[in-house]
Amino acid sequence: MGASTRPKLAVFKFSSCDGCQLALLSLEDELLELAGAVEIAYFLEARSQTLPPPYDVALVEGSITTAEDSKRIQEIRQQAKLLVTIGACATAGGIQALRNWKDVDEFTRAVYATPAYIETLKQSTPISAHVPVDFELNGCPVNKAQLLEVLTALLLGRAPHLPAHSVCVECKRRGTVCVAVAQGIACLGPLTHAGCGAICPAFNRGCFGCFGPMESPNADALLAHLEESGHAAAELVRLTRGFTGFAEAFRTASEKWEKRP
Amino acid sequence: MAPSLPRVGARLTLAKSSLEQVFANLRAAGFTLIGPRLRDAALVLEEVTGLNDLPRGWRDQQAPGQYRVVPGQDSFYFDHLVGPHSWKQFLHPARLKLFGAAKNNGTWSFQSATAPPPRYAFIGVRACDLAAIARQDRVFLAGEFRDPHYAARRESLFLLAVNCGRAAPTCFCRSLQTGPRVTGGFDLALTELADVFVLEVGSEAGAEMLRETAWQPATALHASRAEEAVRQTESQIERELRTDDLPKLLYDNLEHPRWDEVARRCLACGNCTLVCPTCFCTTVEDASNLAGTRVERTRLWDSCFTLDFSHVHGGNSRPTLRARYRQWLTHKLASWKDQFGALGCVGCGRCITWCPVGIELTEEVKAIREKAA
Repeated sequence: MGASTRPKLAVFKFSSCDGCQLALLSLEDELLELAGAVEIAYFLEARSQTLPPPYDVALVEGSITTAEDSKRIQEIRQQAKLLVTIGACATAGGIQALRNWKDVDEFTRAVYATPAYIETLKQSTPISAHVPVDFELNGCPVNKAQLLEVLTALLLGRAPHLPAHSVCVECKRRGTVCVAVAQGIACLGPLTHAGCGAICPAFNRGCFGCFGPMESPNADALLAHLEESGHAAAELVRLTRGFTGFAEAFRTASEKWEKRP
Repeated sequence: MAPSLPRVGARLTLAKSSLEQVFANLRAAGFTLIGPRLRDAALVLEEVTGLNDLPRGWRDQQAPGQYRVVPGQDSFYFDHLVGPHSWKQFLHPARLKLFGAAKNNGTWSFQSATAPPPRYAFIGVRACDLAAIARQDRVFLAGEFRDPHYAARRESLFLLAVNCGRAAPTCFCRSLQTGPRVTGGFDLALTELADVFVLEVGSEAGAEMLRETAWQPATALHASRAEEAVRQTESQIERELRTDDLPKLLYDNLEHPRWDEVARRCLACGNCTLVCPTCFCTTVEDASNLAGTRVERTRLWDSCFTLDFSHVHGGNSRPTLRARYRQWLTHKLASWKDQFGALGCVGCGRCITWCPVGIELTEEVKAIREKAA
């Protein structure tokens, strides 16, 4: 297959830590095959050479936090046939969306010697708040196998297989003992979108929801139960206001529990 | 040492330390032993190699949505009850590669991906779980469509059953006549007393595994102590599920307001179905390489609580939590009977203990009955 006929893949970064792009690079066994199947046209983290648009697929990492970003994402949307967001920042605003409940000017004054140099938006928002998104891939970072599944599905012209059920299903399939029931740990697994393979509970930690809300999250029911079991409302706010805290189901929940006396 | 092997149906006593020899006999016969072990704050089912792997001196405390491991009776190996795992994960694996296919020179060739399964010996199967295996037998082995993967594991299975020496507040086997007494379908069944095991031989294979152990015919005293232990367990069971009006009760109350109420509490997380020892639903996932020249199909446990489960062309037949909970409960306690000739519930209580918000199947049925149509 000649270079010109291969689909052109571009990878863009906004406000993010680069971890999701690294998930692409850490596809060690498949990376060469992938580089053969697509033309890596724009991927600054991996390659200094860039090819001009249009692109067949744009993978977008990061959230929108500056006015410049909000213009650049419009351009990228126009240059890409398919736009796939990768990771918690791009799909939910990321951990930096914690600013959305605070005064960001206060932060810049506290952190920077010359706050006047800082130009930033009041909110960190997901890509879908700015342009239409064709597909969203969750996770902080994304699961590299899921990333490969999306690219494979796009190349073969089939739907990617990425179940949106709870993390609990993944725990049970791998035989992990429920940390919520057996240890009383506040775990977001029942509300959280599968895809990580249930890593945290396998290490005796509660799920902190980095894959965002599952398909039919019943946050009220879980949080009411956790509160009854002795977890303070403030703890529940922190729990739901994490890496995907600005995603609707988690946002609504944390705002509701924040108002509790 | 007893001169020969016991006959089927015999009651014996066996020193607790002699169970090691039974394990050795099983291993020598080619079995992989699966039994209870203490891991990650729970008593799970995993491979065991010797008596020391068993959770001697530990027991569980169970309540709706809660499970804790606490010290139990020192000399007891089987002081615990059913835990987070069930035997179905070995007979009906959560993830099973079914086949692969590769395309070479334009031609597809298929390869079966299923390696011959291990021969399992299950150590410490409770009466409710024996009943659950029997229910899954009806699903997978009876009728027109026989599951070859289940059959291969089931046919070579050795079952060492245990009569429960205590009951949890989540147990309700008595209501379903599935326990706590083991009544059949085992190779060996033991009742644990403080000083000794009282054994019942259920099959020739069971008798064979007592080779070179110092078994003795049970004395009347031992036999009656064993009987008394199970009787006591039975009297500890407080939870009830009335079954005399099932399945009709549920069929007559498909629009009961209780379904709305439980839907407000249900998380649709799927835990109840996955811990249930009789739930059997699966999905398949196809994976391929980038070029589409190598593919494989994997079977995975599924749950009727996921949206994908009821997604059909044109939409979802059970979009609401209410519809999904109702589907689960009415299948388990009503249409299962029409389908397989028995209820899908054996009263083990796992769905109650392992529900993250402690929804109790028994209470849901009771609430529906109280204001039944």
